[in-house]
Amino acid sequence: MSRIHANQVNFSYDQKQILHNISLEMKAGKFTGIIGPNGSGKTTFAKLMSKLLKPDSSSVYINNEDINDVKISDLAKVMAMVPQASQITYDLTVYEVVMLGRTPHMKRFQRESDYDLNLVKEVMMETDTWQYKDRMIHQLSGGERQRVIIARALAQEPEILILDEPVTYLDIHHQLQVMSLIKKLSKTRNMTIITILHDLNYALKYCDHVILLSEGRVFKHGEPQEVVTKNHIKSVYNIDVSIMDHPITKHPMVVF
Amino acid sequence: MQRNKKNNLMILVMIGLLFLTIVIACVIGSEPIPLTQSIRLLLNKIPLINHFINIEDIDIKIQNIIYIVRIPRILGAMLIGMALAGSGVVFQGVLRNPLAEPYILGISSGAALGATVTIVTGISFTFMGLTSISIGAFIGALLTMVVVYNIARVGLKTSITTLLLSGIAVSFLLQSLVSLMISLNRDQVEKIIFWTMGSLSSIKMSHIEVVYIPIIISLLIFLFFSRDLNVMLLGEESATSMGIDVIILRKILLVAASVATAFSVSISGIIGFVGLIIPHSMRLIVGPNHKYLTPTSLLAGAIFLIVSDTIARTIIAPGQLPIGVITAVIGAPYFIFLLYKNTSISRG
Repeated sequence: MSRIHANQVNFSYDQKQILHNISLEMKAGKFTGIIGPNGSGKTTFAKLMSKLLKPDSSSVYINNEDINDVKISDLAKVMAMVPQASQITYDLTVYEVVMLGRTPHMKRFQRESDYDLNLVKEVMMETDTWQYKDRMIHQLSGGERQRVIIARALAQEPEILILDEPVTYLDIHHQLQVMSLIKKLSKTRNMTIITILHDLNYALKYCDHVILLSEGRVFKHGEPQEVVTKNHIKSVYNIDVSIMDHPITKHPMVVF
Repeated sequence: MQRNKKNNLMILVMIGLLFLTIVIACVIGSEPIPLTQSIRLLLNKIPLINHFINIEDIDIKIQNIIYIVRIPRILGAMLIGMALAGSGVVFQGVLRNPLAEPYILGISSGAALGATVTIVTGISFTFMGLTSISIGAFIGALLTMVVVYNIARVGLKTSITTLLLSGIAVSFLLQSLVSLMISLNRDQVEKIIFWTMGSLSSIKMSHIEVVYIPIIISLLIFLFFSRDLNVMLLGEESATSMGIDVIILRKILLVAASVATAFSVSISGIIGFVGLIIPHSMRLIVGPNHKYLTPTSLLAGAIFLIVSDTIARTIIAPGQLPIGVITAVIGAPYFIFLLYKNTSISRG
């Protein structure tokens, strides 16, 4: 199990500072949700953690190892990312896309081993995408495609999985399906999962740990119910909400 | 998988087809040469096998036609076809743009300007077996490459959009300079226009000896990075998160493709269409997986250019047509057919 932490990280685009002094720990084997308004720096923070961007000062550490010192080809063996919108240029089959996830573990010109073939089948079964394996990726609906992209990330056998708004463009049925899948993965695979979310109710319902960002700073982090509160949401989003228990499940939820 | 088995077979079939095309291209011409003689003459140049081949009974005139006239052209067509088609695959993959082709970053305009300057100034020399026009074209292509990349480079980063736009802008500028030179030198119009239409008619063995090493190295680089190109299909951020150093990969592949294109253009002039259409045609046939797309495109480029050149030198014999005309005339309808067939599949 891997833990990932940021130590006083700053980041700016051109002259504009996006992230201020972020120090956080994403606990190993836990499902962490990052919430916050648009422009609060959620995606930037996710990109810093996955080495797509480099912080101005200080760094991000995986199991206390500075990711600046890790080659991206080695990082890809322990960390996978599901980006916000994944656009695929030409028509690959679903199976080919998932098999590409094995790239970090394969040598150049090496053929897929039985292990690779079995693993790809296993992650496709787990994400319920094996049934589409010969379809073209463009023929799938948004929800189906998102599960394929998650399967591709799982094929990397990551210890850490970062997802940037995995359900934003999906309908409610597929949103729940994908969220349950991610929750299941964090339980069965003991993965450290970090997900950017917009829906506060998903943060309450699925996450073990929630980080609330506001204007590039950590406003609050901790247990979901400590973070998603009436007062915090008023201060960060400037809206009035009520938090009440679901009439049947008794699970807390945000009501607008 | 089924598709992969079929594609492996496809590569074998195309290798066979390439040999067949070479043999037929040797036979056909204003001086037809018997099939058995041309096969024997070809085999005589292949190491090991040549010990078993006796060509002493073949007329020296026929030997000269094959060895001095036809083989250099066929080898040239093969190398240039591979270079242009391979560069097309790489440009389309790296720039993630289906309209990309080897000339998109202005290499052809740079080469045209270089050739035009050499023609109008009347400079005439040979260097390492290359004519002054070839040298001029090569220098033009190389300078254009350097200029375009440097315009697009901001700090250490190169944005693809800026790269494409600077290529287009530089291209327009250079083309207008070529037009200016043409209008000031009316007597050279024909020579310049014919150069820009592309032709393999003046290729000699000495040209091949200069260009084959850099072109083959570039082709090997294309094949070497096939899997990385596949990962690039998923987008730059995904590729990075899958362990691909996108910036370095892009640099290596664009330089290799540009070098292969520059060497090709310098000995043949501007042969359009091949670098755009061959990769797309092969993508429609074998799919976008570069493990198959790259080798089949190289083979298809070679076959296509040998066939086109054979038609260009025989159809109005003893006259010759510019090869660019032939590539477009036989390539475009075939490509339209593939597009039509493909859309009707997805509709059904």
